[in-house]
Amino acid sequence: MAKLHSKGQPVRQRSLMQEAWLQFKSNRLAICGLIVIGLLLLISIGTTIIDLVDGGALYKQLVTKQNLLEKLDPPSATHILGCDEYGRDLFFRILWGTRYSLFAGVCTILVAVLIGGIFGAIAGYYGGKIDNVIMRVMDMMMTVPSLVLAMAIVAALGSSLVNLLIALATSQVPQFARIVRSSVMAVKGSEYVEATKAVGASDALIIAKYIIPNALSPVIVQGTLGVATTILNVAGMSFLGLGIQPPAPEWGSILSSARIYMREAWHISVFPGLAIVICILSLNLLGDGLRDALDPKQKR
Amino acid sequence: MLKYIIKRILMLIPVLLGATFIVFTVMDMTPGDPAVAKLGVDATVEQIEELRESMGLNDPFLLRYGRFIWKLIQGDLGTSYKNDLDVMEQIMQRMPYTFLLSFAALLFAILVGVPAGIISARRQYTIFDNCTMVLTLVGASAPHFWLGLMGVIVFAVKLGWLPAAYSASGSLATGIILPMLTLGMNSTALVTRMTRSAMLDVMNQDYVDTARAKGISEKTVVFRHMLRNALIPIITVLGLQFGSLLGGAVTTETIFAWPGIGRYIVESISNKDTPCVLGAVVMLAIIVTVINLLVDIIYAFVDPRIKSQYKSMVRRASKNG
Repeated sequence: MAKLHSKGQPVRQRSLMQEAWLQFKSNRLAICGLIVIGLLLLISIGTTIIDLVDGGALYKQLVTKQNLLEKLDPPSATHILGCDEYGRDLFFRILWGTRYSLFAGVCTILVAVLIGGIFGAIAGYYGGKIDNVIMRVMDMMMTVPSLVLAMAIVAALGSSLVNLLIALATSQVPQFARIVRSSVMAVKGSEYVEATKAVGASDALIIAKYIIPNALSPVIVQGTLGVATTILNVAGMSFLGLGIQPPAPEWGSILSSARIYMREAWHISVFPGLAIVICILSLNLLGDGLRDALDPKQKR
Repeated sequence: MLKYIIKRILMLIPVLLGATFIVFTVMDMTPGDPAVAKLGVDATVEQIEELRESMGLNDPFLLRYGRFIWKLIQGDLGTSYKNDLDVMEQIMQRMPYTFLLSFAALLFAILVGVPAGIISARRQYTIFDNCTMVLTLVGASAPHFWLGLMGVIVFAVKLGWLPAAYSASGSLATGIILPMLTLGMNSTALVTRMTRSAMLDVMNQDYVDTARAKGISEKTVVFRHMLRNALIPIITVLGLQFGSLLGGAVTTETIFAWPGIGRYIVESISNKDTPCVLGAVVMLAIIVTVINLLVDIIYAFVDPRIKSQYKSMVRRASKNG
């Protein structure tokens, strides 16, 4: 305070976002999470761009080309993480596998946020019977464990990437509907919204200006944690053979084929799992940090 | 209290109907004709049509759902396409294994997680606390199936202490250790974190100081005054855990060839055996719902505030109505 006054400057006001960033910055673990997730995103985008530029030539050479002479080779100087059962370099397979997990996680959550958000907003804004019906349906969806619901959907529709994403998005919808509903209800009754209505603002303006910003921070927090859950579920489904199919280097599906070689080649089981742990750990740290920064009420 | 329980049980019915409806609708979208699946591709058109009629497949959707629920109430989930076995009977054979595994995992989470959380909170920022927090962060992030594989590699392949998979002839006591640890690790991590933060919340409350000032022994302060109040968030986490434990049981059972309901679902999906998948998923949904209800009722016992909240809710409702 004294420093500011001695320079004769007015006390600078910080916006809510700046305040949140300051809070977030002081959390070292959350920053680590952010950096790792940034790196993984760079890897996913980088590998995708490489594949698009050279038409998948490098992908074929590094990731799917079999070399049976180096079958099950342990980690060495030439293959730092060793080779899998077809002699493919595990390091490159894990690297190229990053995008499946991240893109699946992010896309699924975006879809779930959109659908859940719309239902939640309708339920919260109109209240009454509509609210009751929508929220009871959401309650019912929440009773089936997400992995089991996803399995039922994949069993019915067949196992493909799109069906898997539909299944996982469906199981995430109720959470976002709940969050958006409660944010909408909190804002709806407030006096400043009444005042805005009184001067003749449209519903669209109220939603864009007051309701969306208010719901944003809890959705971001839950979204980050939801991406983690989805990545785990994608890997779990692929592990069971119901998700992304080999030879695609998805982490869960590498683990699935590693099971047979557990006795002679431990490294195939260890490293893809470590990749999952690092990814999920970073997302959890990031999510916790965001929650503390954006949502002081929920602070643990 | 009795009224509260009865009311909650009545509220269960629409939720159960809804959950079964969702699962039934999803499974109804399965492509392929069940009659063809049963008779095989060599069947004539008349034979298929006859079976469709007798199986009630030509009826409208809601009628089929209604019939499914009616049969479910009588304990009939139909028969498997593959081997004509009774689905309900098969599920009932496997259910005890899944329950045993899930309860063992939950028990492990409580017996390890709660004490670890209490010690961590009482020695905040010491080496013990820091190590516990790092372990729980990793434990909460590692997928079941990977932990399972690591357990098998270390304890079965390298050390040879424990069996790598369940076998009917082997001992259940040693056979359950690895699956239990695998399934319970995430919950243990969550319970530890939750216990720690709930204990930290109550530790600095005035009534704890008061209790100490009165000269009550430290043990009584920790268990009577602190833990009892910290218990509510812990029970919440435990209740929510059961659903995800049953979900996680699917992968765990697959790794360890555990003869439970999860592996049954995976096998039925790869056999394209729709009645089995439908029946098993419906039964899982019912169990999760009933357990959630039990958790809610236990709350009301642990926390008198919830009961009084409910009472004032009833009072308001009766005034309005």
